[in-house]
Amino acid sequence: MQFLLDGLIAGASVGLGAIGVTLTYSVLRFSNFAHGDFMAWGAYAALVVVGFIGGSTPLGPFSFGLPLILALMVAMGLTSGMALALDWALFARLRARGQAIIVVMASFGASMALRSLLEFIFTSRPTYFSRSIQMAMPVGFGVKITADQVAMLVLTLCLVVGVHLMMTRTQRGREMRAYAQNPALARVVGIDVDRVVRSTWVIGASLACASGVMVGVLVQIRPLMGLSLLLPIFAAAILGGIGSVPGAVLAGVIIGLSEAAAVQFIGAEWRAAVAFVILMGVLLIRPTGLFGVTER
Amino acid sequence: MIDLLGYGAFFLSTALIFGLIALGLNLQWGLTGLFNVGIAGFVAVGAYTSAVLTSPDAADRVGGFDWPILAGWLAASLVAGAVAAFTGYATLRLKSDYLAITTFGVAVVVQLVALNAQGLTGGPFGVAFIPRPFASVQSDPVLFNFANLGVVVAVTLAVYLALERLSRSPWGRVLRALREDERAAIALGKSAQSYRVQAFAVGGGIMGLAGAVQAHFIGFIAPDNYLPTLTFEVWAMLMVGGSGSNRGAVLGAVVVWAIWVGSGALTAAVVPGDLQARAASLQIVAIGVMLCLILLWRPQGFFGARK
Repeated sequence: MQFLLDGLIAGASVGLGAIGVTLTYSVLRFSNFAHGDFMAWGAYAALVVVGFIGGSTPLGPFSFGLPLILALMVAMGLTSGMALALDWALFARLRARGQAIIVVMASFGASMALRSLLEFIFTSRPTYFSRSIQMAMPVGFGVKITADQVAMLVLTLCLVVGVHLMMTRTQRGREMRAYAQNPALARVVGIDVDRVVRSTWVIGASLACASGVMVGVLVQIRPLMGLSLLLPIFAAAILGGIGSVPGAVLAGVIIGLSEAAAVQFIGAEWRAAVAFVILMGVLLIRPTGLFGVTER
Repeated sequence: MIDLLGYGAFFLSTALIFGLIALGLNLQWGLTGLFNVGIAGFVAVGAYTSAVLTSPDAADRVGGFDWPILAGWLAASLVAGAVAAFTGYATLRLKSDYLAITTFGVAVVVQLVALNAQGLTGGPFGVAFIPRPFASVQSDPVLFNFANLGVVVAVTLAVYLALERLSRSPWGRVLRALREDERAAIALGKSAQSYRVQAFAVGGGIMGLAGAVQAHFIGFIAPDNYLPTLTFEVWAMLMVGGSGSNRGAVLGAVVVWAIWVGSGALTAAVVPGDLQARAASLQIVAIGVMLCLILLWRPQGFFGARK
């Protein structure tokens, strides 16, 4: 039964990443291949900030202390700044020319550059927020969970509920959804498009950063972590239905669970193929995904 | 001098094989506007197909069919083309981004199969003893390199001429029409999806052929040859050369490969050993930035920008 919990936790980080991809796709209309690298950059940013703040005693049963929580917030800001800068320098200019697929290609080039830049700065050797070993607590049915895992699940839940409320209950969220549905009409009724674009990047990049830090706390940090999560993230965004925040999270969990099941029953080496199989299945059977709407 | 000549032939063969991949990509992207980020996957499918079919018997994997090299190459293009056709069939009726995402997935899965299906692909150790053309003159490196260069030039030229002819044929005109104005082309009764799947499959087949030619040129393949960096290099080649132009694709491949090899040799000579892995990543950063700058400032590329 342990694999269900492992899948849930892996799925949480995939889901957080997928929210960013699904929002970028529905608002800015391109699939951002650099999104995985936002995660890696977020994790490394947090790592650097933690190092800057300096050592501290871990909080209660967790492997991390206040510095990491602070660093997470700073890193979310830094990652958002990076995404905005990238949009200003590259994506916005290409978007203005109107060829959507060129923007996808630019994101592919940017992704390669960002990832290799991380390898250049930090080398490809994996690193960790903390090397301490955590005791896992049994919670019944033979399932064990560590305090860190509980903390990360709670963090995911807070972020997802927060983003969902923002998208459905605030003016900004309504503007984003309106722009996603009909850009021309949104402009006509006076929605500030630049602000919508900015909000999309900030939300996407912040969640990517949180997801990267999560993976960093629970597994490890390495420059390629974003690349290896990219396919599951895309698969989750499409399975959930482009534009749907709850769909992305649910699909992320589905993919996490399927991957864990594949590791359990088929073999760990085939894990990375699961997302592809799900992706192909969705595209062949129901391309709009679970909660998607048919676009024209 | 003789060494230099031999190296020149070797360099040009390697570059032209990239040119061959870039020609396949140009058919998909330049002519038809289909975005393929899984080039490495299609190249790998071709390489492994031909390698398994033509290599001598090995105890620990399927193989040893001892097919002639040309039969291996043909099979390589057919299998890679079939994979591309299926990918296209599944995604081309949907939004163009879905094709990009799926090709990315194809590359991931092909890499995974190459690494893990040991009984077929030899796993991380790859396939060795792939027969090389003109193996009988291998003792004379210059003659051997030039003979192989001749083979690569012949294949590239054949594909180049075929593509030039295709792009001027009615078939090529339909592809261009679909790229420029899909609605108008559909209104004329052309099935967008069917033509796109065909173009994607032919492009994938050319990539598979290139993979096979490369495998036989080197004589050994392993999963590490087919990482995303390969996809990325080929894109840089096509963008430098100018998408839409077959001549640009080949020229771009030679130029970018020269820059790549040159900067690699430079860092190897200048940078101390422990920093070389880092310098290599900086090389990729440079190519990535270059790709973005070309997209921003000179989307038509540097050679043969034809209107």
